[in-house]
Amino acid sequence: MAFKIPGVLVGMGITLNRVIKTFQGDFKHFGRRYDQKALDERQSVYGSGIFTVQYPEEKLKPPENFRFIPFLVYDPKLDESGKPVIDAATGKEAIGYERCTSCGICAKVCPPQCIWIVRATTPEGKPKPECTEFYIDIDVCMNCGYCAEYCPFDAIKMDHDYELANYERHVSHIYDINTLMKSSTYHAQIHPLDVAREKADKEAKEAAKAKKA
Amino acid sequence: MAVNAPPAETKPLSANDPQTIAEQIKTKFPDALESASAQGIVIKRDHLLEVARHLRESLTFDYLNNVTSVDFPDRFEVVYHVSSIDRGGAPLTLKVNAARENPVVPSLVPVYRGADFQEREVYDMMGIRFDGHPYLRRILMWDGFEGYPLRKDYHEPYFEDEKKPFGTRWDQGHHVIAEDRNPWHDNVQYPANFDAVAFKAQIDTVREQTLPDVSPTRLKTEKMILNIGPQHPSTHGVLRLKTTLDGETIVGVEPVLGYLHRNHEKIGERNTYLGNIPFTDRLDYFTSMNNNHAYVIGVEKLMGLRVPERAEYIRVIMAELTRVISHMALMGFMYNDLGAFYTPLIYALEERELVLDMFEAASGSRMMCNYMRFGGVARDLPDGFLDKAKHLVEERFPRVLDELETYLTGNEIFLARTKGVGVISREDAINYSTAGPVLRGSGAKYDVRRAEPYSIYDRFDFDIPVGTAGDVRDRFLMRLWEARQSLRILKQALKDIPAGEIMTGKKNYQIRVPKGEVYGRGENPKGELGFYIVSDGTPNPYRYHIRAPSFINLTALDRMSKGYKVADLIIILGSHDVVMGEVDR
Ligand code: SF4
Ligand code: SF4
Repeated sequence: MAFKIPGVLVGMGITLNRVIKTFQGDFKHFGRRYDQKALDERQSVYGSGIFTVQYPEEKLKPPENFRFIPFLVYDPKLDESGKPVIDAATGKEAIGYERCTSCGICAKVCPPQCIWIVRATTPEGKPKPECTEFYIDIDVCMNCGYCAEYCPFDAIKMDHDYELANYERHVSHIYDINTLMKSSTYHAQIHPLDVAREKADKEAKEAAKAKKA
Repeated sequence: MAVNAPPAETKPLSANDPQTIAEQIKTKFPDALESASAQGIVIKRDHLLEVARHLRESLTFDYLNNVTSVDFPDRFEVVYHVSSIDRGGAPLTLKVNAARENPVVPSLVPVYRGADFQEREVYDMMGIRFDGHPYLRRILMWDGFEGYPLRKDYHEPYFEDEKKPFGTRWDQGHHVIAEDRNPWHDNVQYPANFDAVAFKAQIDTVREQTLPDVSPTRLKTEKMILNIGPQHPSTHGVLRLKTTLDGETIVGVEPVLGYLHRNHEKIGERNTYLGNIPFTDRLDYFTSMNNNHAYVIGVEKLMGLRVPERAEYIRVIMAELTRVISHMALMGFMYNDLGAFYTPLIYALEERELVLDMFEAASGSRMMCNYMRFGGVARDLPDGFLDKAKHLVEERFPRVLDELETYLTGNEIFLARTKGVGVISREDAINYSTAGPVLRGSGAKYDVRRAEPYSIYDRFDFDIPVGTAGDVRDRFLMRLWEARQSLRILKQALKDIPAGEIMTGKKNYQIRVPKGEVYGRGENPKGELGFYIVSDGTPNPYRYHIRAPSFINLTALDRMSKGYKVADLIIILGSHDVVMGEVDR
């Protein structure tokens, strides 16, 4: 080769190319650069140009499978029209039915052993399929998702809320049953596909049962 | 292999068959053998060295994969896995018994230099002395530490019970803060009569340097010890390099390890089999998918589980995507080590980000994927995953790799700093038990995916690139070439992936693993990642050992950097691609 472009120019050319590309999105989405649509586009595998996100002003929506700290699911109390009743004291949906049966599978399967459960008892002292206390030490939790995966009653699910910074760990990071309980409406919001799948499974099972009977 | 029987043509591995080898050893050393079975050959202690020498020199077992030990109630057992670079195949297992009281075993360092760090680890963790080891000192624990953490009778801080699940969690689980449970009231247990003021760590001693004067000078000079790290941006984590210098020239390097040591193996032995999968994510946190893969392969071998087709394809796709991004990121990191701060690295990380987003969509987490299960994968791929992967593999990544190649590999400064630097010969690379791109960069064609095909790698058409010079530049190029080969595998896998089941049987948290032992391994981006698991039929592994490629590769660091300048040390270390989460475990 007679003439070789000096390496430094090649490098600078690449940098210049990148710089120009970072403005592409600005022009394309003029004035709406931080819209969800623009954000999705530049973060996707087809995107190019500027890639960073200005957290916390801009936030990316986590995918449905994202798992971070489990919560317990309850079905809200419904009024006559089928709408959830709001509990005036807490501002949350009133608890209609707690799904957890206190079977203890999640506590057994949890790799760092950060789930503590106290099973409820009947007045005669017999075990009852409910829990009176339920703790998760979220500093020990490694977000593996096993508890949600192996719970046979769909009673524990992984959350999407990842902003948990705090000033101390001994009180606010020990989640008790009140903190952990979240409504199934919320669960359906963050896991729409999962809920649809669960429902389909249930219906299929019931149909099979009806057929047998 | 129980997971997926390898095709007939790779079957004649009888050259590595323990029974055949045992016969050959017997004819040569009639009274060296204690017993021989499919589980391995047990050799008498006094004959170990000569048998090992014979294996290496006459039977071409030139590569020591792994050294570890098991604490049985009546004895200690030291386990060696050796194989042949050219022949491949399943490694041959050698075992030596040592007494419970004052266990001593001859050191294999005179035969395999790669035994150096591994024997030190066994000494450190189990207290087995290696007779003839040139530098038998603790490697992961600190000098003044008392006790041997991997012995069965050792109890760590926060010790609760021998086995998980602990009985205190259910059905009367009242929460206790972990710190209140620590019986030592501190994280360190000091030996009896420990005097912290009088204690002197062996920081002044330096390992004997064998090389003659590297800089012939008539001035009277003194050697100097320079500590690089443990807090240093270019050591890729908390690693301390005790470097002996003669002027600017390196005379010896001793990696001081253990700053990130958490006794992963002990945790693993307390855990259930299933509970270990998320822990393997935290070994080499850049490549959690590959770690999962190697571990589940090991346990599946023991269980004799078959994995559905689709799951095998998903596993390979995940593992190879990880390899591509890990290698890309390393190319950026190496430029960082050379002083080209961040621009190349950020370009590489951007691509990595795309794959991590896909991992997150599939598994729920970007880096701690915890995606594979015994007999399959945790969940099926999300919608759009395959299209995105196809776009990456067919269009974006080839373009990015070309771009990286044009502006990274030909750069004058890069060539000046890497060509002929950190050279390690093929013989040394093998003898020091290096693995992965470090081994192949020196010309040894050894890749577990081909040597002992696991999963479905035998179906894909791909090459194993090898370097010629064994220097830093070759190790850099290895990453580029290997990433290209991974793209080849990915293209085929994405084309052929069938629909169907992703899991054998029903999801079950109670895993039954029959009695036995297994050495399951896979090719990590860093090298051969092996899991040596001994099962006693209970829900928890009896022994859980990890052959960590980054850790063993560091054995060769001293050999590689002798005679080069101290500034070169950074890039020589960089070319190893160490991840401290795996080195210290
Ligand atoms: S596995 Fe589910 S039902 Fe059983 S104790 Fe845990 S949350 Fe409750
Ligand atoms: S996510 Fe994993 S670590 Fe956390 S509570 Fe559930 S099982 Fe335990």
